[in-house]
Amino acid sequence: MEAVIRSVRGLGHRIVNVVQRMGVAARFFVLTLLHSGPSFRRFQLILHEIYSAGVLSLIIILVSGLFVGMVLGLQGYETLQTYGSSDALGILVALSLVRELGPVVAALLFASRAGSAITAEIGLMRATEQIEAMEMMAVDPIARVVAPRFWGAVISMPLLAALFSAMGIFGGYLVGVVMIGVDEGSFWSQMQAAVDVKNDILNGVFKSFVFGVAVTVIALFEGYDAPPTAEGVSRATTRTVVTSSLAILGLDFILTAFMFRGV
Amino acid sequence: MQRATLDIWVGAFVIAGLAAVLFLALKVGNMAGFNTGQTYAVSARFGNIGGLKRRAPVKSSGVVVGRVDDIGFDNQTYEANVTLALDSRYRFPADTSAAIMTSGLLGEQYIALEAGGDKKMLKDGDKLKLTQGAVVLENLIGQFLYNKAGEKGTEEKPAQ
Repeated sequence: MEAVIRSVRGLGHRIVNVVQRMGVAARFFVLTLLHSGPSFRRFQLILHEIYSAGVLSLIIILVSGLFVGMVLGLQGYETLQTYGSSDALGILVALSLVRELGPVVAALLFASRAGSAITAEIGLMRATEQIEAMEMMAVDPIARVVAPRFWGAVISMPLLAALFSAMGIFGGYLVGVVMIGVDEGSFWSQMQAAVDVKNDILNGVFKSFVFGVAVTVIALFEGYDAPPTAEGVSRATTRTVVTSSLAILGLDFILTAFMFRGV
Repeated sequence: MQRATLDIWVGAFVIAGLAAVLFLALKVGNMAGFNTGQTYAVSARFGNIGGLKRRAPVKSSGVVVGRVDDIGFDNQTYEANVTLALDSRYRFPADTSAAIMTSGLLGEQYIALEAGGDKKMLKDGDKLKLTQGAVVLENLIGQFLYNKAGEKGTEEKPAQ
């Protein structure tokens, strides 16, 4: 009996904890948006964050995009060939990349490459009391540390997703047209006939923007909220990757359900 | 890192990202093709539209001249009411006929326009009077079987 009561109490405590953290995170997000003004006036800060979140993620994004596209080309050809419609390879590669794989895989890579770095950096700033020092000097840490990182990452994410998709389509082209020998004309023309700029490409860009906001807010909040110990920072970094990956996949389902309902 | 080098890297990254978006829009999507520009609306009624969808192409002699803008159902005549957005560069006679066709055996459905001989041209808001709905495979098979049975019946009659 005692054990049952304790486990129920523990469960309730956990749920209340999660809800409370959601509330604090939402307040933190609004606070970041409100304090964004000063960081846009000092644009050099944002540029620095675009460099560390975007430019440094380029290699992993480009290489993964190329390989994902190449695998799609191989697998797609294998399946389409059994129906005698291997000319539709371009459609398959382009639509799956632009609609789904580009934004989602790029965001997952971004969460583990840049999101974890943001959390570790801010968590360590907290642990070494740099954030408290800023407050002492009347420098707002949200405006100086958090907001530039937010905007740098949010600007980088759609660009990285677009690069991922473009690279993937190039990879599909390499495998499909150059290696296997699908007709080049029908590869591109069927793709162009099927991919719609507004419904497919802009929706993909919008998706990656939403994922960028979600990943960055989670990473910043986990870092800002991390217990100032070595273990606390390491746990916060792990939580960033896990939570933002789950958030990306959940949001992807919701966004896809709204965007592509077979109009 | 030097400030100038950082600026160059960020600039190159942003340019590459925008170039990727442009590549997707122009080379992968159909932005360069028929999409923008002036259109005029023409409506047509069909007994059956089959699997026609919004944004399906409208072709004449195989060339895309417009897109399906809207599909509705008329509760008075119990027919499908399809609105076409045709490119203003292409004008058609008023007695043009429309038919729903399928590209390839399993391809998407589109509307084919066959130009008539009228002197008057179609203008915004006009209706196409001659239409032919989609061919339903089940009806086709049914008709085929019916004809086969009919043939057999006439063949067997003289023998009796």
